[in-house]
Amino acid sequence: MELVTPAIGLIFWTAVVFILLVILLKKFAWKPILTAVDKRNESIENALKAAEKAKEDIENLTADNERILNEAKLERDALLKEAREIKDKVIAEAKDKAKIEAEKILVSAKEQITNEKMAAITELKNQVAELSIEIAEKIIKSELQDLNKQKELVTSAISDKDLN
Amino acid sequence: MRVFIRLIMCVFVLSFFTIKAHSFSPNTEQTNQQQEAYDPVPNIMHHISDAHQWHLWGEGDNAFSIPLPVILYADGNIDVFMSSKFHHGESIVTKGNRTYSIDSHGHIHEGSGLSIIDISITKNVASMLISVLLLLLIFFSVARGYSKNNKAPKGLQAFLEPLILFVKDDIIKENIGPKYQKYVPFLLTVFFFVLVNNLMGMLPGSANVTGNIAVTLVLSVFTFILTTISGNKKYWGHIIKPPGVPLALMPIMVPIEIIGIFTKPFALMIRLFANITAGHIIILSLISLIFIAQSTMGNAGAWAVAPVSVLFVLFIYCIELLVAFLQAYIFTLLSAVFIGLAVAEDH
Repeated sequence: MELVTPAIGLIFWTAVVFILLVILLKKFAWKPILTAVDKRNESIENALKAAEKAKEDIENLTADNERILNEAKLERDALLKEAREIKDKVIAEAKDKAKIEAEKILVSAKEQITNEKMAAITELKNQVAELSIEIAEKIIKSELQDLNKQKELVTSAISDKDLN
Repeated sequence: MRVFIRLIMCVFVLSFFTIKAHSFSPNTEQTNQQQEAYDPVPNIMHHISDAHQWHLWGEGDNAFSIPLPVILYADGNIDVFMSSKFHHGESIVTKGNRTYSIDSHGHIHEGSGLSIIDISITKNVASMLISVLLLLLIFFSVARGYSKNNKAPKGLQAFLEPLILFVKDDIIKENIGPKYQKYVPFLLTVFFFVLVNNLMGMLPGSANVTGNIAVTLVLSVFTFILTTISGNKKYWGHIIKPPGVPLALMPIMVPIEIIGIFTKPFALMIRLFANITAGHIIILSLISLIFIAQSTMGNAGAWAVAPVSVLFVLFIYCIELLVAFLQAYIFTLLSAVFIGLAVAEDH
């Protein structure tokens, strides 16, 4: 019976000591410890979140870089293509121009040649005429120096003229 | 840690001798007489009971015990004196017109028959104060570890933090639910108070604090008070009008429910007290086996029984270590469950 009879003194002291212990530990141990642990958990969670975010950012950045690179490539290709086109165009234009110029030169040359030729022919004709006249003069002069011959000529001319 | 183990061993061996000393005096007398079987009960009772002095070793006049203050309230007066003044019950202490004597059970009586209230610092109170100092020391230093830096816990802090969080998350939060925050300080303190006192009680020569019914009574009364004052409408509704019970059964069910309010903390009180006391009794009984063997079979018998007995004691000691944690866990768990029942909302 001794064992299961609670002693009043021990009850009193246990109650006093236990209540004091709860108050002291609550104020100086449980509160600081649990607050610190909560805070630490929070900071760990935040750190993990930040790391996750950083990873995402890096991924985005890589994707961005790739996109920019692709764009640059496309632009380069476009530029090259344009340049080639321009080059071709320039060359074609130059060719056309040269052709036209050459034709023009050809035509004017031909014209000139024709003109020169005509001038030459005309001059030749004139000289031939002059020469012919001179020759004719000389022939007539020589022919008409002999009186007999003049008479013969007149006679033949009169005989040719049929006086009928 | 090694120092701690060595200390335990030392004290253990010491307490062994305590019992030996107790048993030797009758034995030497008995050598001439007819062999009489050694009776372990008084020794065991002495070891698990509270006392006004902290007896360590020796018997009678050779006894070495630490005197503790006796505080008595009688007839409006508070009398304080050291327990050594009783001289093991042989002397009477006189204070004013009051005379005090102590009987063989350790009860103090007043000469003229005044009723007295004994609020002495007994062995259990002293042991409890030591445990409390230890608890304060441990947890203040742990708390300081948190305020100093934000680094990962180490040492004592690293050992206790999982324990604290286990009690908070897996016992308190799990069983009480969303309103658990209010009960955390009480339940955490209960857990560590019971645990440390259980462990302190395992040091041989120490007091049997959590194996004393007065201590477990106070702890379970706190749980009872907390449960009762936090009981919500649903909790009381279930007691006054248990749902789903036919009207004819009400006269039986309602008293049962009302009794249930008290049996829950009562079971808490008995469980802790009985577990710890039983553990102490088993260990003491196993050691007493050696002296029983000595008294019946002589020294040879004692030497034969001793190794077996020590092995068994070692085994039970390990189990008691487990029980020290287990009972602290169970007391806290059930307290949390009872409070949880009181604050539970409709689902």
